[in-house]
Amino acid sequence: MKENKSEKPNRREFLLSCSKAIPLTGALFFPLSAARLLLAQESGDYDPTVHNYGMGIDIHKCIGCGRCAAACKTENNVPLEPHYFRTWVERYVLPSEGEALVDSPNGGIDGFPEMNEDIDTLRSFFVPKLCNHCTNAPCVQVCPVGATFITRDGVVLVDEKYCVGCRYCIQACPYGARFLHPEKKVADKCTFCYHRLAKGLLPACVEVCPTQARVFGEVGQQSSPLRRFLRFNDVIVLKSSLNTLPKVYYAGADGEVR
Amino acid sequence: MESMIASAVSALQDFTGYIYPNEYELHWELLIVVYPYLTGLVAGAFILASLERVFNVKELQPVYRLSLLSALAFLFVAPLPLLAHLGHPERSLEMFLTPHTKSAMAMFGFVYAWYLMVVLLLEIWFDYRKSMVIWSREKKGMMGFIYRILTLGATDISESSLRFDDKVGKAITIIGIPSAFLLHGYVGFIFGSIKANPWWSSVLMPIVFLFSAIVSGIALILALYMITTMFRFKEISMPCLNKLAELLIYAMIVDFSLELLDFIQRLYESEESINILSHMISSRLFISLIISQIILGSLVPMISLIWARFGRLPVEMRRIVYFIAALLVQVGIFSTRWNVVIGGQLFSKSLRGLTVYKIELFGFEGLLTTCFFLLLPFAILYVLTKLLPPWIIDEKDIKPAEAQVS
Repeated sequence: MKENKSEKPNRREFLLSCSKAIPLTGALFFPLSAARLLLAQESGDYDPTVHNYGMGIDIHKCIGCGRCAAACKTENNVPLEPHYFRTWVERYVLPSEGEALVDSPNGGIDGFPEMNEDIDTLRSFFVPKLCNHCTNAPCVQVCPVGATFITRDGVVLVDEKYCVGCRYCIQACPYGARFLHPEKKVADKCTFCYHRLAKGLLPACVEVCPTQARVFGEVGQQSSPLRRFLRFNDVIVLKSSLNTLPKVYYAGADGEVR
Repeated sequence: MESMIASAVSALQDFTGYIYPNEYELHWELLIVVYPYLTGLVAGAFILASLERVFNVKELQPVYRLSLLSALAFLFVAPLPLLAHLGHPERSLEMFLTPHTKSAMAMFGFVYAWYLMVVLLLEIWFDYRKSMVIWSREKKGMMGFIYRILTLGATDISESSLRFDDKVGKAITIIGIPSAFLLHGYVGFIFGSIKANPWWSSVLMPIVFLFSAIVSGIALILALYMITTMFRFKEISMPCLNKLAELLIYAMIVDFSLELLDFIQRLYESEESINILSHMISSRLFISLIISQIILGSLVPMISLIWARFGRLPVEMRRIVYFIAALLVQVGIFSTRWNVVIGGQLFSKSLRGLTVYKIELFGFEGLLTTCFFLLLPFAILYVLTKLLPPWIIDEKDIKPAEAQVS
């Protein structure tokens, strides 16, 4: 009888051992299901992995109105003082002889002053600038704590709750696109208006541009306006020799632009 | 808004050419000049100490312990300017807890910790263990208690255990030399690896940093040895001074040649940045680079050291020349750090304009804080020399060393 009992558990013992297994199974599966649930909550309908954002800028279309720079400051609460910009507009004046003259008073927000009439101007044009959201971003490489990172949808962001404010990233950016936020004391830069992207909206600078000089979209998708822009224009990226692989593409930019 | 623009316009008058709007403020200021300067002194002093230990340069015995203690005092202070400069110093530990392994700066924390814990503290402990055990027995009260704690309970000073100390000390020094090279070479790499900045981006940067560190370390110990001997009313060891001067000359020749090589290479390659860099050197950096670093900080001390060491000079005169040369070298090396750190931010990355740097007197990154960080290592060194007198051995050992040389 005893042997029987040890070989074949009765119903009561079977149920008891099953009840012991329940918490174990739960413990095994809970993290997985919880993680799934959390991920679903985080992303909502938005799936970052299918996106890879970039921007095209048509130099021929930019009229230097500076509305993009102003809209950026409003949208992103960028300090109004003249030396903090997430995006700005530069004016290039190429004289017949000599060095190009470049300026960007208050980032172009208040327009540009009249040029000296004595200059024999060959050509002049405006160049909007912003973070290039490089694929091979030097700022991401140098950040000692990983506060600067590339999102799965290809946007370079700064985690302001993590940034230690060492400013190594500002030194490493070849484009002058970063600054230290004077109040938050952390690195700050263009986010492609990431808070708007997740809602299906365009970045503020693209939204307000009266001439559609800025084109925003997917780098890889056929139907994207950016793809069309890249298809029909000869584009360059800034400081390509540094191999940062920028995702802001310039059409009609002169070799003087850097 | 108008007043803001007016103030910006008035500030603009000092700038030339075009600067990206975010570049008007310098991001690494005086404190970041101090940081490589202090780290350089650490590496230099340690390398000097290891010459005595590993390569048996007997003349340097009187400064062996002084070099170690100086290295430690300066190493304690070296990270402080970095910490003070951070926007969020309270988050600084994240560099150790969650480091970004691809970041040169994050990895520096580990190089620093390795150097402090494994190399310097251990070497000093093994070197002083016998003395500490003796002091813990001799001294009464608080000091005796402190020495007892410092011995960490290892009170065996038998012949065999002392031999073991010596062996381990030597092994640590052998590990210490590449570590010291790594420590300061790494500081050079932090700057040299920034490809965005043509003034910094150079493969020679770590090597130049290293040799300038050796130069500054030797000069520091030379000056410190002279000052401390004077205040202790002791006889100075001339063979030791002569050896220090000789080493200083050799290190300076290598350092100067490397910097010259870097300069010639840039000039000859004449890349896109050459115009703005030449403009910067001839205007913004003229005093700190041409006058302070090259003429006053390199050529004058180099020539006077050669003259004093190998010329026929009375001993008194020789000492004075050594001392002044050592001080000038410090001025020169500080200027070198200034020219790297500040110089690298005075030109725009658009390569079209120059900005200006005005030193603040007060404030966290001001002149006073800087002076504090420059003086603090000497205060720490004073305490260290009181706790662990580095001159115990010299009275006994100078004579044999002198005898050996003559």
